[in-house]
Amino acid sequence: MTRSQALLGWIDERFPLTKLWKEHLAEYYAPKNFNFWYYFGSLALLVLVLQIVTGIFLTMNYKPDAAQAFGSVEYIMRDVPGGWIIRYMHSTGASMFFVVVYLHMFRALLYGSHRKPRELIWVLGVLIYLCLMAEAFFGYLLPWGQMSYWGAQVIVNLFGAVPIIGEDLAVWIRGDYVVSDATLNRFFAFHVIAIPLVLLGLVVAHIIALHETGSNNPDGIEIKKTKDANGRPLDGIPFHPYYTVKDMVGVVVFLAVFSFIIFFAPEMGGYFLEYNNFVPADPLKTPTHIAPVWYFTPFYAMLRAVPAMFGSQFPGVVVMGAAVVILFFLPWLDRSPVKSIRYRGAVYKAALALFVVSFVVLGWLGVKPTDFLGKTGGMDTAVILARLFTAVYFLFFLLMPWYSRIDRTRPEPKRLTH
Amino acid sequence: MAEGTVNKQRRYLLGAASAAGGVAAVATATPFFLSMFPSARARAAGAPVEVDISKVEPGMMIRAEWRSKPVWVLHRTPEMINSLSEMGARVADPQSDAPMQPDYAQNQYRSVKPEWLVLVGICTHLGCSPTDKLQTGPDSGMGEDWKGGFYCPCHGSKFDLAGRVFKDMPAPTNLEVPKYQFISETQLVIGDDGKGA
Repeated sequence: MTRSQALLGWIDERFPLTKLWKEHLAEYYAPKNFNFWYYFGSLALLVLVLQIVTGIFLTMNYKPDAAQAFGSVEYIMRDVPGGWIIRYMHSTGASMFFVVVYLHMFRALLYGSHRKPRELIWVLGVLIYLCLMAEAFFGYLLPWGQMSYWGAQVIVNLFGAVPIIGEDLAVWIRGDYVVSDATLNRFFAFHVIAIPLVLLGLVVAHIIALHETGSNNPDGIEIKKTKDANGRPLDGIPFHPYYTVKDMVGVVVFLAVFSFIIFFAPEMGGYFLEYNNFVPADPLKTPTHIAPVWYFTPFYAMLRAVPAMFGSQFPGVVVMGAAVVILFFLPWLDRSPVKSIRYRGAVYKAALALFVVSFVVLGWLGVKPTDFLGKTGGMDTAVILARLFTAVYFLFFLLMPWYSRIDRTRPEPKRLTH
Repeated sequence: MAEGTVNKQRRYLLGAASAAGGVAAVATATPFFLSMFPSARARAAGAPVEVDISKVEPGMMIRAEWRSKPVWVLHRTPEMINSLSEMGARVADPQSDAPMQPDYAQNQYRSVKPEWLVLVGICTHLGCSPTDKLQTGPDSGMGEDWKGGFYCPCHGSKFDLAGRVFKDMPAPTNLEVPKYQFISETQLVIGDDGKGA
């Protein structure tokens, strides 16, 4: 026995290092037919690490103080060696996190990764998504630009729309009567400590749950049903080295795209970093057009689509909240006998296509002012469109128990196809 | 554990200890919960402000700051005051039934004195600050029939010269009238009306 083997043995008697390595990598059997869509889980993990590391270094120079925050960000951009690239990595990372996560979630809708027995993986995933939204929202206030300030103002006022307790709730969230230094300080605390801690815990739980049930695959069938004499799935291959190597390819391509954005388009035409945010926050001057960053715009469009009722904007807030909460129920809304889109019929394919279209259109409408398409029959065309696609978004979920059952499916194969 | 072997007294003690622990946990959470409300300093900064209105000519508007919110003080001309009755059919809440003003400002002028309008300049939709469009007609850029008022650039809400919201706008209610009082002919106090908190 070599010295290193002896050392490993010494550790294994005290900490299950080899056991963990085998269970989660070397002897974690993943279906052999993972395709393009399976890159985004590991990429999400990569971006998480990137955000944490860049975030730590930004914290070293950032000042969470209303009088200094904007200046300290400019200081990072101009005076701190390497500061600009670290900050652009962090700001681009935020948008890319959502790109990767949206594609990762879409993969689940394609291949039924949220279906039994993986419901909890999905639920944990939606919780991660919620944390990401909170993280993005809190983080967006920190540069203390005009859009930071007024975006936070709009979102906190959503809580003010809650009947009866709303006004006190908004004051409690802000710690002041308006978004102020107190708000900035607490958002900083949430952004750098509270949410990341919860996020890390959820990510670990997400992966533990995944490795308990095993990964789904593009065929949507359980590889654990056909095992060899040693109890290994015949259609499974060890995650390491097969998928670690495959994921490296994804990482390289992703980093190429990522680098391109950082070096050539860090603001992404105003979508990743909004122009108004290069102006310091001014409580007495509202920007002419307030739009959230692109990843929130589908929900923002829904909020604006709902008219005020009974002298309150609360219904719009409820609709926006429901659009996220309804995701939790997805595993139980889907009643199809098959999981993967490969064996589903035209109905689900059409529904999914409509859903994607509605999400994209709502995202586009959410970036624009409500009057940018002119008027139709006395109403803003954009608002009519937003109402229509909000309805489509919700019907995708609400009608799913019905259309997923009547859909004409094809029989699933016993073994993986390709 | 069979029912017979349960030590009743022990179970009772366990329950009592858990309950006491629960009370302690809630009590411990209290300061954390309270710490998120505005501090004494923030509350002091929310104190009333005095505004000198002696130099505000008819048709002029000044902006004061109260609790870091913009407060508009508009000196309305007789024409402006007359336009308010014409707007009755176009605004959503002409009588100001929604509680967006102190009782003493619940009239068609939404003010204590008809010529002085005091408003919190924050849109009741989502907290943007509307722009003043005090000119009338095409000069305002708001269309032929514009009688003067306020326009929120964020989501397009329109308000008349009493801060009353037009019908079918994103903003659900009229603009808020803060508590205020005139302490002399030329001095206005915003945030205090001498009628207690």
